[in-house]
Amino acid sequence: MADFSFPLLTATAAVPAIGAVATAAVPAAKRTAAKWLALLFSLATFVLAVVIAVRFRPGAEGPYQLTESHAWIQDFGVRYELGVDGIAVALIALTALLIPFVILAGWHDADPLESASDSGSAAGSNSRWRPTQGFFALILAVEAMVILSFEATDVFLFYIFFEAMLIPMYFLIGGFGDRAGAHGEEQAATQRSYAAVKFLLYNLAGGLIMLAAVIGLYAVTADQLGSGTFSLQQIVEARTSGKLDFGTGTERLLFLGFFFAFAVKAPLWPLHTWLPNAMGESTSPVAVLITAVVDKVGTFAMLRFCLQLFPEASSWATPVILVLALISVIYGALLAVGQRDIKRLIAYASISHFGFIILGIFAMTTQGQSGATLYMVNHGISTAALMLVAGFLITRRGSRLIADYGGVQKVAPVLAGTFLIGGLATLSLPGLAPFISEFLVLVGTFSRYPVIGIIASVGIVLAALYVLVLYQRTMTGPVKAKVEGMPDLRARELVVVAPLIALLLFLGVYPKPLTDIVNPAVDHTLSVVDKKDPKPAVRVDAVPGAGRPGHAVHDQEVEAAK
Amino acid sequence: MSSVASVHSLWTVAAELPGKIPAPRIEYGQLSPTLIVLGAAVVGVLIEALLPRRSRYYAQLLVSVVALAAAFAAVIGLAAGGFGSSKAGIAAMGAIAVDGPALFLQGTILLVSLVAVFTFAERRLDPAAHGNRVDSFAAQAAAVPGGEAEQAAVKAGFTTTEVFPIVLFAIGGMLVFPAANDLLTLFIALEVFSLPLYILCAVARRQRLLSQESAMKYFLLGAFSSAFLLFGIALLYGYAGTVTYAGIAEVIADGAKQIDPALAGTMGNDALLLIGAALVLMGLLFKVGAVPFHMWTPDVYQGAPTPVTGFMAAATKVAAFGALLRLLYVVLPGMRWDWRPVMWGVAIVTMLGGAIVAITQTDIKRLLAYSSIAHAGFILAGVIATSEDGISSVLFYLAAYSFVTLGAFAVVTLVRDAGGEATHLSKWAGLGRRSPLVAAVFAVFLLAFAGIPLTSGFAGKFAVFKAAAQSGAGWLVVVGVISSAIAAFFYIRVIVLMFFSEPKAEGPTVAVPSPLTTMAIAVGVVVTLALGLAPQYFLDLAGQAGVFVR
Repeated sequence: MADFSFPLLTATAAVPAIGAVATAAVPAAKRTAAKWLALLFSLATFVLAVVIAVRFRPGAEGPYQLTESHAWIQDFGVRYELGVDGIAVALIALTALLIPFVILAGWHDADPLESASDSGSAAGSNSRWRPTQGFFALILAVEAMVILSFEATDVFLFYIFFEAMLIPMYFLIGGFGDRAGAHGEEQAATQRSYAAVKFLLYNLAGGLIMLAAVIGLYAVTADQLGSGTFSLQQIVEARTSGKLDFGTGTERLLFLGFFFAFAVKAPLWPLHTWLPNAMGESTSPVAVLITAVVDKVGTFAMLRFCLQLFPEASSWATPVILVLALISVIYGALLAVGQRDIKRLIAYASISHFGFIILGIFAMTTQGQSGATLYMVNHGISTAALMLVAGFLITRRGSRLIADYGGVQKVAPVLAGTFLIGGLATLSLPGLAPFISEFLVLVGTFSRYPVIGIIASVGIVLAALYVLVLYQRTMTGPVKAKVEGMPDLRARELVVVAPLIALLLFLGVYPKPLTDIVNPAVDHTLSVVDKKDPKPAVRVDAVPGAGRPGHAVHDQEVEAAK
Repeated sequence: MSSVASVHSLWTVAAELPGKIPAPRIEYGQLSPTLIVLGAAVVGVLIEALLPRRSRYYAQLLVSVVALAAAFAAVIGLAAGGFGSSKAGIAAMGAIAVDGPALFLQGTILLVSLVAVFTFAERRLDPAAHGNRVDSFAAQAAAVPGGEAEQAAVKAGFTTTEVFPIVLFAIGGMLVFPAANDLLTLFIALEVFSLPLYILCAVARRQRLLSQESAMKYFLLGAFSSAFLLFGIALLYGYAGTVTYAGIAEVIADGAKQIDPALAGTMGNDALLLIGAALVLMGLLFKVGAVPFHMWTPDVYQGAPTPVTGFMAAATKVAAFGALLRLLYVVLPGMRWDWRPVMWGVAIVTMLGGAIVAITQTDIKRLLAYSSIAHAGFILAGVIATSEDGISSVLFYLAAYSFVTLGAFAVVTLVRDAGGEATHLSKWAGLGRRSPLVAAVFAVFLLAFAGIPLTSGFAGKFAVFKAAAQSGAGWLVVVGVISSAIAAFFYIRVIVLMFFSEPKAEGPTVAVPSPLTTMAIAVGVVVTLALGLAPQYFLDLAGQAGVFVR
């Protein structure tokens, strides 16, 4: 499977990249054409992602498939190396799936305001100002970079796109607000650029610390292997064969450098504070892009790079990371309960969920890590559903404050219904996809660290609290003055929401396609880390993906309870 | 011979020196880049003297461009002829080294200068004075600012076309500076490029007092640093009994073999070596703009005409780092355990100092000045590596950085209001809405400065940090990335200002430049992206150039 004449992985990233350029080049007057063009390219990317998923053979030999490898910068030991494992396939599919919805949901978000285009003082030069084209081009650019960072098996290549994606993200956050600020456009613009700068500085600082570690990695490999390399496979092989030995101190420092960047991106408490700002101030499609797509690169990279490059240091840091993840879970949920702003509430809920994901990754059990991977996918879908519906709601009323809403379900029942399903998915209701992943993570954690598993389950209770209170306050009760006459979901909006909800239901009942793809990759990761599940007799490990995970998990819980 | 001696033997004694003063053998071919540029400078002076005022501008521009292109072709020819690698050697009686680093740096300086000359020649930006197109330089530099003579000169449509030969002289000096193979040549080259720069700084058309002040500061501080350098040279001569690089290195390595009777008391005295080396280094660090010898940078960058600032920031840095590299790698490798800790300290305070102070700046030119200080720190991190990788990474960084700088300053010349260039940051608010293209180009340069991947700045930064890390300077790299993060903040702030702030009603306009500046900026963008996306070819080039001749 290694040799494909057609570079499928490159193509999957190249299509949105070309789309970005093409969209940006559309003349200012033809806004609608730009939108359709962007949608078309994002759909083409999705088709390619599906092809990847179909071509991918879960049981095949070797950690990576569909690999491509070309020389790039020999002086730095950098190769253009792509390859996917099951985890990457799932996340690429998620990304390619969500982007068309993001584009559709943001269909009118970047249209210039009528008033603004009239009042522009520099009238003549304004014809070159093309916000709509820019908005969709930037989304596609982010998509291209995210996909490449999921595909890269060269640490340097990954780093480049990990860092470079900050720039389009930054413009998306800072340049396009949701026009729902309570204090007028000027203050909203100030808050927006504050959020954008905060986003960028946090992530850039993380990235630069990682750069130091990347350089350190090169220095060590150059020192011990003769020539420096960034190839993940080569380094892992050299490690297992004993040719490469980082030394305990160096390995820990390098691990910390990498982990810091990923923890900022993920985000993990206490490095999370940029997320509520960024998600609160940006338009809801961009907020979905941040939390459902871009942040996944952080947790993905923990699995792919932190654990595989530095297994010993990962074990060393596990206790601290688990505690931080636990704090994320509880703290994020508590702050979500206290929020008055719908989007910030969802942001804190995401922090809580990322805590679960990191918990699952560093529990170092099969259930934990498959759960974490499923969680990444499910969280992406459920947050997208909730956030996009919230965005539709906010656009209608022009306010993000929960207190401004009430009785929406009487006026716009479909909107309220989809919002409820998105919310129920967020609180991991059984029958919806996130339940399975959350349960797997908790069981995986519990089997190794019972106390942490128990405390983390408090997060579920709190999730129920913040979601249901949010629903109760906005959707039920007497109809507020400005909510009256609120239109229900339009056709475009239904097209966005309905497939996401269908997917949540489908994966909630039948997650096997996903687990089949993911489990071998998780086993591989764990074998590199040299961790075995605490109870070897657990059946779910022996036959990856066989049967219903929930069922198998149940057995284990019973065992653990004895 | 003997007969001649015998005839005059009554009142003369035959000198027995002919063997000691060999007829100087000058390798004209190997020195051709420098000779072409200096020759063109002389031609430029003649043009000023002989041609009518109307045709001077075109003649000067033609001569400059042709000379720089020819000199660059000569450099390429020498490199292709193997003078960068196998045939590398010493020319001009041991005064000039013709080797890989020298040719690479000369090529870089010439290309940068060529682009800079385009920005010098730009005549569309300033509004026409009495129907005459004018450039960034004073109508008559000697006229008192605001005085009658100045008004008359403006009215007559004078322009200071002398800047072309002056800049050619400066370029000539810069070509010699990194190739100098003895300390006296080093000093002369320093003066040859510094003196024209002092003049160039003083001849701005707008804000002439600021410009003259900057030239004065630059001159005074430059004179100080020259004095340090000269004193250091004297002490090193006292220590080694020679000013050639190889000779000094030999004495450092093996001790003085033949004690010159005149220097019997000083030769081999380590105190002289240490103080002398420190003073010479100070002189070079001044030109590089490293903390704590950076005081002149912001004022001079701000006051000088922007094309000159761009030229200075790019070309001077290349030349000065070239000389610094040669000095540290050829003369002082034997005492690297002495200078490395000091240079560590200098690199750290330069990186952090430049980045931190830049945050508070409100003028775009001053901001770029402090950013250039921070970048000097990053380059020093590569210099300290003392390895072949160190040399090649510094060469690559210099090439990458100089084009970004030049492009950035060229953009600065475009943003104007009634008082000339609008350099105050607040005036840049909303530039992205008024002219998205210019703002986007400037954003590319800023991102390259910040070292964002896929730009040349990242490749350069990675190269120097890699070299530093491999030489065991891991903590220097950590400080480097921390100051990169700090520096990113103020680059980003400018981007925020351009794109996310509402344009002000009475804000500046973006002038439409002639093809000259457009080309300069385009070259900057192309090089920035090319070195970012596919740096391998240039890394190879720098890698092949990575060996000094001794």
